[in-house]
Amino acid sequence: MADMYGKGLLKGLGVTLKHFMNTYLEDIRWLSRGKRRYYTAEGIDSRKSFAATGIFTVQYPDEKLPVPEEFRFIPFLIYEVNEDGEKRDRCTSCGICAKVCPPQCIWIERTNDPDTGRPVPEPAEFFIDVDICMNCGLCAEYCPFDAIKMDHDYEISVYNRLEKNIFNKERLSRPVSYYASIRPTNYAREESARAEAEAAKAARKAARKKQ
Amino acid sequence: MSEEVLVEEKTELEERFPEIGRDERKGYEGYIVPAEKLVEFATVLRDEFGYDFLSSVTAVDYLPEDWMEVVYHAYQTTGGPGLVYKVQVDRDDPVVPSLTPVFPGANLQEREAWDLMGIRFEDHPNLKRVLLWEGFDGHPLRKDWREAFYEGDGKPFKSRWPSGEVIRAEENNPFNKNVDYPGGFDPEQWTPAGETAVYAGVGRLDHAVSETALSTDQIVVNLGPQHPSTHGVFRMVVRLEGETVVDLEPVMGYLHRNHEKIGERNTFLMNIPFTDRLDYFNSMSNNFGYVLTVEKLMGVKPPERAEYIRVMMAELTRILNHMVAIGFLLNDLGAFFTPLLYAFEERELILDIFEAVSGSRMMCNYYRFAGVARDLPEGVFEQVKNLVLYRLPGKVNDLDTFLTDNEIIRARAIGIGVLTAEEAIAHSAVGPVLRASGVPYDVRRADPYGIYDRFDFDVAVRYHGDIYDRYLIRLDEMRQSIRILEQVIQDIPEGPIQEGKPQYQVRVPAGEAYGRVEGPKGELGFYVVSNGKPNPWRYHVRAPSFINLSALEVMCKNYKIADVVSILGSIDIVLGETDR
Ligand code: SF4
Ligand code: SF4
Repeated sequence: MADMYGKGLLKGLGVTLKHFMNTYLEDIRWLSRGKRRYYTAEGIDSRKSFAATGIFTVQYPDEKLPVPEEFRFIPFLIYEVNEDGEKRDRCTSCGICAKVCPPQCIWIERTNDPDTGRPVPEPAEFFIDVDICMNCGLCAEYCPFDAIKMDHDYEISVYNRLEKNIFNKERLSRPVSYYASIRPTNYAREESARAEAEAAKAARKAARKKQ
Repeated sequence: MSEEVLVEEKTELEERFPEIGRDERKGYEGYIVPAEKLVEFATVLRDEFGYDFLSSVTAVDYLPEDWMEVVYHAYQTTGGPGLVYKVQVDRDDPVVPSLTPVFPGANLQEREAWDLMGIRFEDHPNLKRVLLWEGFDGHPLRKDWREAFYEGDGKPFKSRWPSGEVIRAEENNPFNKNVDYPGGFDPEQWTPAGETAVYAGVGRLDHAVSETALSTDQIVVNLGPQHPSTHGVFRMVVRLEGETVVDLEPVMGYLHRNHEKIGERNTFLMNIPFTDRLDYFNSMSNNFGYVLTVEKLMGVKPPERAEYIRVMMAELTRILNHMVAIGFLLNDLGAFFTPLLYAFEERELILDIFEAVSGSRMMCNYYRFAGVARDLPEGVFEQVKNLVLYRLPGKVNDLDTFLTDNEIIRARAIGIGVLTAEEAIAHSAVGPVLRASGVPYDVRRADPYGIYDRFDFDVAVRYHGDIYDRYLIRLDEMRQSIRILEQVIQDIPEGPIQEGKPQYQVRVPAGEAYGRVEGPKGELGFYVVSNGKPNPWRYHVRAPSFINLSALEVMCKNYKIADVVSILGSIDIVLGETDR
């Protein structure tokens, strides 16, 4: 390779030049198709596809990369809303998420029935210290009631973490429709599994009645 | 290697050393060696039985039995399964002869065992703390040592449920009230003495000053802890004769968080996301190593599809890591950020895949015992296919064209930082560093795990042991990874991705296991001891970044100060793993 000193350098510079030119060639290609390469979802998609050439960066926060469905950030609690507009927590305060949480940042207070003193399947309070939460997603993975799920909203910075960063039940709760909107595939899969389980249960009941 | 040969060898070894006994505890293996025989045993094992590679040295505190154990894992660089031997010592006065004369690679590991466990290694040339500072009270991995924010021996803590009353972590652990010093220690007085100790360490070797050179004073220079080329908060104390390095000592621990103690408080499952934080470029292969080890203890295996997915993610990680390693190496050589950012483009595309399957770009937390967390979501397989078949091969070639013939790189990298094969083995160097020195040792081939025995690939090897070869070997390895990925794409079957039901509390029978994978930075090992409880009794990480630093001094000696930076870059360390 030592035939001409500097040949290797020039070859390398060729790669940089190509890279530089590609940005503008790509821009021209987009223009000629009458499309916008910047500040559009399509443009962002093209810049993160396997065929991307030239410029690669995204102008956050003016442009934002879409997050995939499985993306996980701080968990939230799901509540259902029935026809009368009444809210019902999915959480039964079984405590599994608090037990599985690696940094132990979930605190749950179980509701006790005021008359009998027996536990009621619904949390009186639910706290997550989001300074400690490592976004591992294990709570969502092992909750048997699909009551806690990972969020997509990653812009949660505050000026005063000491006051703001312990989320209580109110701050954590989101309607099930929100969940369905950010994780449609997961939602559909869980709902169909639930419907199936319920149908099986009903069938078992019917069979027992017949006997 | 067949069972028979193994048994024969063992008897031969036992005949040779009648003093040693087999470790007959249930779930354990290997030999118990009396402390006074250890050095002889290790030497014979190395010279006559071919166990020339000391992979891991660590210690376990068996508090209920009232002894401590130093555990050694040795392998043959020609391949095959390993051999484990142990020395049992008194808890009150744990003294073991040092193996550094036989295996210089034991140096940092023995210092770590002294630091965290309080085992004294006799005749160690430089036995002082390595991850913690001198003002630290006690040896934190001992089972009776408690952290300032101690809440219980094992998670989950009772206070979280059913009557959880939230407490801020800071309240449990108030600043300034959480530090104990050893008796008679005054932090104000300490600093100068400690610095002297470090410099004394650098001066400990005899160095011949050239007769013909001008007589000059030697000076000590601190590179780091915040030097931009140290790849994190890492320090090298260098003694210079003119511009030539006479001696060097790595100083680390600035990012230490006692990962292993945290791991012993955690349940087995909780450790998976914590392994993400070791080598944060390669969380997938960290996950891989850890679940493999625990699976050994549990005696389970993932289903076929999960095996393929695991290999897919591990090889993508290797490409990602090598891209970045080359990029940073070029940064260190002065090609400021252009190559690095080109490499980052490919890394971003791979991270997109990780994010889609695991939910996070870097902290993947994706592998599970006997499976993986979830199947590939829709479209991801296509994404992998496009990337591997149509983009990455070209991009690796691009890097090659871009850099390999560059005259400046050649001038700065060829013949610099040479590590010979013998030195590499003796210093327990692993991964690209070892293979660039002419030792074709790759755990995927030498001691296959998962389904690596099915794939057709070459173990990359280069023979000069200099920076240039350590750069070239990463290109080679990326190409081999692409080859493996092509086979994965072709063969991956449909099917379940988890054996049995996912469980948050796994039952791990009592015993020990050492599992290792060929991570992008080298052999990543986990040593896990279970006593049948929900939390591991011992959880140790054999960190390639940490142990590869044992060879740093040898690599840097007699080269120029400017080379130190690029030599460090060519090892490819990450401080999250080095400091643990
Ligand atoms: S969120 Fe789920 S796991 Fe946690 S307490 Fe409620 S029901 Fe149990
Ligand atoms: S995401 Fe992980 S760390 Fe955060 S609350 Fe859930 S289990 Fe705990």
